[in-house]
Amino acid sequence: MKATPLSNCERRFLLRAVEERKRLDGRQCYDYRNVRISFGADYGCCIVELGKTRVLAQVSCELVPPKPNRPTEGILFFNLELSPMAAPGFEPGRQSELLVKLNRLIERCLRNSKCIDTESLCVVAGEKVWQIRLDLHLLNHDGNIIDAASIAGIVALCHFRRPDVSVQGEEVTVYTPEERDPVPLSIHHMPICVSFAFFQQGTYLLVDPSEREERVMDGLLVIAMNKHHEICTIQSSGGIMLVKDQVLRCSKITAVKVAEITELIQKALENDQKVRKEGGKFGFAESIPNQKITTFKMESAAVDTNNVEEQAEEIITKADPPSEVFAKPILHTPGTAQIGEGIENSWGDLEESEREEAAEEEGESEAAAFECQKMETEDTSTMRETKKDEPIVLSDSEEEEVVILEPQELPKKTRTQTNLKQENTSKKAFNKRRRKKRAAH
Amino acid sequence: MAAGRGVAAEACVGQVVLPGDVLLLPTQPDEDGERLRLGASAAPRGRLLCGPGLRRCAAGLLVTKCGLLRHRQAGGGAAAGGAYWVDSQQKRYVPVKGDHVIGIVTAKAGDVFKLDVGGSEQASLSYLAFEGATKRNRPNVQVVGDIIYGQFLVANKDMEPEMVCIDSSGRSSGMGLIGQDGFLFKVSLGLIRKLLAPKCEIIQELSQLYPFELVLGMNGRIWVKAKTVQQTLIIVNILEACEYMTAEQRKQALAKLSGN
Repeated sequence: MKATPLSNCERRFLLRAVEERKRLDGRQCYDYRNVRISFGADYGCCIVELGKTRVLAQVSCELVPPKPNRPTEGILFFNLELSPMAAPGFEPGRQSELLVKLNRLIERCLRNSKCIDTESLCVVAGEKVWQIRLDLHLLNHDGNIIDAASIAGIVALCHFRRPDVSVQGEEVTVYTPEERDPVPLSIHHMPICVSFAFFQQGTYLLVDPSEREERVMDGLLVIAMNKHHEICTIQSSGGIMLVKDQVLRCSKITAVKVAEITELIQKALENDQKVRKEGGKFGFAESIPNQKITTFKMESAAVDTNNVEEQAEEIITKADPPSEVFAKPILHTPGTAQIGEGIENSWGDLEESEREEAAEEEGESEAAAFECQKMETEDTSTMRETKKDEPIVLSDSEEEEVVILEPQELPKKTRTQTNLKQENTSKKAFNKRRRKKRAAH
Repeated sequence: MAAGRGVAAEACVGQVVLPGDVLLLPTQPDEDGERLRLGASAAPRGRLLCGPGLRRCAAGLLVTKCGLLRHRQAGGGAAAGGAYWVDSQQKRYVPVKGDHVIGIVTAKAGDVFKLDVGGSEQASLSYLAFEGATKRNRPNVQVVGDIIYGQFLVANKDMEPEMVCIDSSGRSSGMGLIGQDGFLFKVSLGLIRKLLAPKCEIIQELSQLYPFELVLGMNGRIWVKAKTVQQTLIIVNILEACEYMTAEQRKQALAKLSGN
């Protein structure tokens, strides 16, 4: 699909707003949007929401032979995908410039900074190492994908647990999660990207640009830093000329932001750890809240229950008493006996009677209709019992007829039973109508 | 649900209906032809209007969108016999003939403008479809990216939609090129319909805050212009938030703003 074009009035308005130091959502120039981190049920799965931008991260691991020139190091694999549900302009399978740029940034941020200790991922030197794979999916694009993706990536890596391994001589044992608790990855530090958008040739600067602001910006500066004030990656795109003190100012702002975000991440990880230990509920179903749309709000309808009791009494007094219980066993053949006469299941009847009533008796209260129904099924069963003079069929299921086998009578029985059923349905329907008329008065 | 049976349409008004539900109209005979209806309601005279979200089928009306079923009583005029429709909520717009929408000019191809209206196809708008436009006197839409308020002349699934900026009598009646300032943003279609309802509370309350100009497009786009950037931003944020706010929350928010 083609992306929606940006109209001139939007562009003009946004630039005017930036000049007046105003942002669309009311933030200040250096303010970040709300960061929300929620974890999935598996280890290594998380969703990070930066305002409305959402990124899903999933970490998985596999035992593979190492690269020939690095026999003692594990392998890291990063992949960011722009899902078509994120924005109308994203198409699956098309390698756009933006995608390449984002992937390179993530790689530089997480791999070149050596935040993950790859030596600890080695199991048997030269033969088996762990390959850690981080998959990032963009679920909604509202600006600043790179920040959200970097936070999601590092949080997922910190959250992930790989299976425990023990090496004894030549033998390597990989324990399942049930045998031994899985082990977290060894992470030295947490690099986080912070983006700066520049307008009017570098005069105005905004932190954490939203999607509209990104469309009208002149250039973008991304700084990846950890909480120890070490810059891991820095990239400037868009061809703007930046002065030295501008870059220094940005790095100072980055230090502040990264400290806040790192604290938030730590808290989120601790919370999740606590919930899992205490056996509480965790996972996306718990942490992602429901949003409600109030455009069509229906008021709760009051049900009139004033004379429900009287109507119910009326119906009960008019109803026939229920059938007696037969306690004597009926002997069919040697070895087969039956106590009581089972009622044929009335699920089929209920559906028909419900529909007829809905079409006809709109005026009656619901309670009355329900009572009618119950009474009817009782009635039909009593009637059927008095009419039947053949061996009764025990039937629990709707589909199958359970036939009690009597060798010489088998064929005759099936035929007569079907006839009886037809006869019964027509009689039932007729009697149902009669009974209904009586109850209505 | 069962394919044959349906529920009476009157019984479902104001309730949630799902696609596939069949609604029986009073004039339809019952499925079970044996019964006579005693004291049946008088068959409605005139045409019954089948609105969005509903389709005619053999038994009555077939629901094609999930939402609340609405009904308007028979009055004079074209929809004598009443109208039924389904109020549903969605963000993706599908062009419908007669809808007034805001389009963004993307290209000029010969004698027509190509507009993006948020649908699957771009709409075309002829140069001559403006009030007072002749071959010599062309409208002042010069730049790609301008926004235009117009209505659909042709909008079906087989052809590219066509728009015009004049109504059937040749007058513009508010349509045409929208001015340079102001801000354009997108909301869901349900909110637009709510705002377009006569005597909408939200718009009345907002107009007591500051004076502003507002254009609502049925494709979910709203154009707002107020005196200052700050005021415009406030109105934009309130309209976007109205989707998820109840009436009391909105009144509180507006009270806070007018107090400032």
